[in-house]
Amino acid sequence: MSLRQILGKIGLWFAVFVIVSPAILFFLWMASLSLKFEVDNAAYPPVFFPERIAWKNYADVLASNRFLTYFVNSLIVTGSATGLAMLVGVPAGYGIARMAAHKSAIVILIARITPGLSYLIPLFLMFQWLGLLGTLVPQIIIHLVVTVPIVIWIMIGYFETTPLELEEAALIDGATRWQVFRHVALPIARPGLAVAFILAVIFSWNNFVFGIVLAGRETRTLPVAVYNMISFDQLSWGPLAAAALIVTFPVLLLTVLAQRQIVAGLTAGAVKGG
Amino acid sequence: MSGVTQTTPAAAEAAPEREWRPPSYWPFVVPALVVVLAVIVFPWLFTIWMSLNQWKVGSPTTFVGLANYVRLPNDPRFVEAVGHTILYTALSVLLPLILGTFAAVVFHAKFPGRGFLRGVFIMPMMATPVAIALVWTMMFHPQLGVLNYLLSLVGLPPQLWVFHPGTVIPSLVLVETWQWTPLVMLIVLGGLAAIPTEPYESAQIDGAGVWQMFRYITLPLITPFLFIAGMIRMIDAVKSFDIIFAITQGGPGSASETINLYLYSVAFIYYDLGYGSAIAVVFFLLIVAMAAMMLHMRQRTLWTEIGGGA
Repeated sequence: MSLRQILGKIGLWFAVFVIVSPAILFFLWMASLSLKFEVDNAAYPPVFFPERIAWKNYADVLASNRFLTYFVNSLIVTGSATGLAMLVGVPAGYGIARMAAHKSAIVILIARITPGLSYLIPLFLMFQWLGLLGTLVPQIIIHLVVTVPIVIWIMIGYFETTPLELEEAALIDGATRWQVFRHVALPIARPGLAVAFILAVIFSWNNFVFGIVLAGRETRTLPVAVYNMISFDQLSWGPLAAAALIVTFPVLLLTVLAQRQIVAGLTAGAVKGG
Repeated sequence: MSGVTQTTPAAAEAAPEREWRPPSYWPFVVPALVVVLAVIVFPWLFTIWMSLNQWKVGSPTTFVGLANYVRLPNDPRFVEAVGHTILYTALSVLLPLILGTFAAVVFHAKFPGRGFLRGVFIMPMMATPVAIALVWTMMFHPQLGVLNYLLSLVGLPPQLWVFHPGTVIPSLVLVETWQWTPLVMLIVLGGLAAIPTEPYESAQIDGAGVWQMFRYITLPLITPFLFIAGMIRMIDAVKSFDIIFAITQGGPGSASETINLYLYSVAFIYYDLGYGSAIAVVFFLLIVAMAAMMLHMRQRTLWTEIGGGA
């Protein structure tokens, strides 16, 4: 290896280090904050590795009486919104791709451009009239604004690339459209299903704006609960950082485990909710 | 369709070839269509209707025509919010574009652990925004925050970050950039993957440097991808809510109040839903106009590129 190549390698690794360190340092600092007692968090200069680790911060958050409720709320809202979106969005993506109805994608583009708050005003009134406020139903419905376009968009892309010959052969053999979809198209598109599902879950789980308006004390999802901790209940940093890490941990884990699917989905559709 | 042809023989005779037409794909689309109509199209139409009314929660509604729209240019808080939004958006498009392109060039190289490190690099944009905002708020703290400590290490004076009207928008842009540079990186990386290697090989033979190769080969070829990234970044930055709301609530004072934040206040703090709807409509049109302007710019540069090449 020549000197030039060695210098090039060093330069590359230096560049990689510079690029990745803001992300790594941030999350390490987040973990550090969440594992320190108040004394260490208030110290100047800041302490990175504490002498005593405050596991208690996590215990406090998990033991606080409503945390479990909020966690279950998040699970129900994200689970239902993603499940429903897959249920209606996957066939729709198939239909749109096969009909080559590309103009219908404009609705999805509009949904993509519209600020989440503009859906909230009319739907908030609707939910009020229907007497649904105070239940989780409004949040499940409004999360569809985020999840349905993601699923449709990604599935259109996948079904457009799956081969038509197999489906035509099945049709000639007397299969119905539904059977073709169920037994031929769907199994081939399985990677696409994974991408759509993962992205819908993440963007629904992370959503905050719908919750601050629609959630009551009993119906908060985790992001809203964490926000309320900042403004009302908690002043010490340790438990706050612990709560923040607990909320975002499932997403971070999913990002690292399924990064190939996430990258594929984001570059295909470049979708983001809200 | 097939049911009709079976029950009415006359129709079947009139169009015998119809029996051969494969059944329609419409049943696949209908459920999604219902959902989209209910949660996307209907709210939009209702918003436009509300914007033409004086509509406050708890008081009777009256039709006022365009009065809510006339109110907008005379509302100093709205005008100020437009200025904040433009500044915030411009910075939040430019910085991630520059840094994201650099990151893409680095990730385009092959090195061990690239996949894993790319996963780590995109963590900021997938993480829950509120959770991130909370930690950034702690880092911005003037006395105890780690950022001022880092500044002191390189000999810079401490800053007030999000607690001073003059630095609040750049500080929030810092968070936004940290969060969304990965998306630009991913899009540009897709562009880099499509570039053939021949131009670089011949440029290397001609003795071109790294910068020259980037400037005259890479950059022109990834311009379409930079453009898409810039467009997506613009749409997201203009709508940015979670980070700003969770860190400053638009403060101090109203120094970081963007249109979206003001929209929230009008609709859900003052419960002035008619005026809020008017803001929502204008806000949407503004985003569409900005996107159209960028498309137009792209078209023009495309023409000059073609003209320059000929």
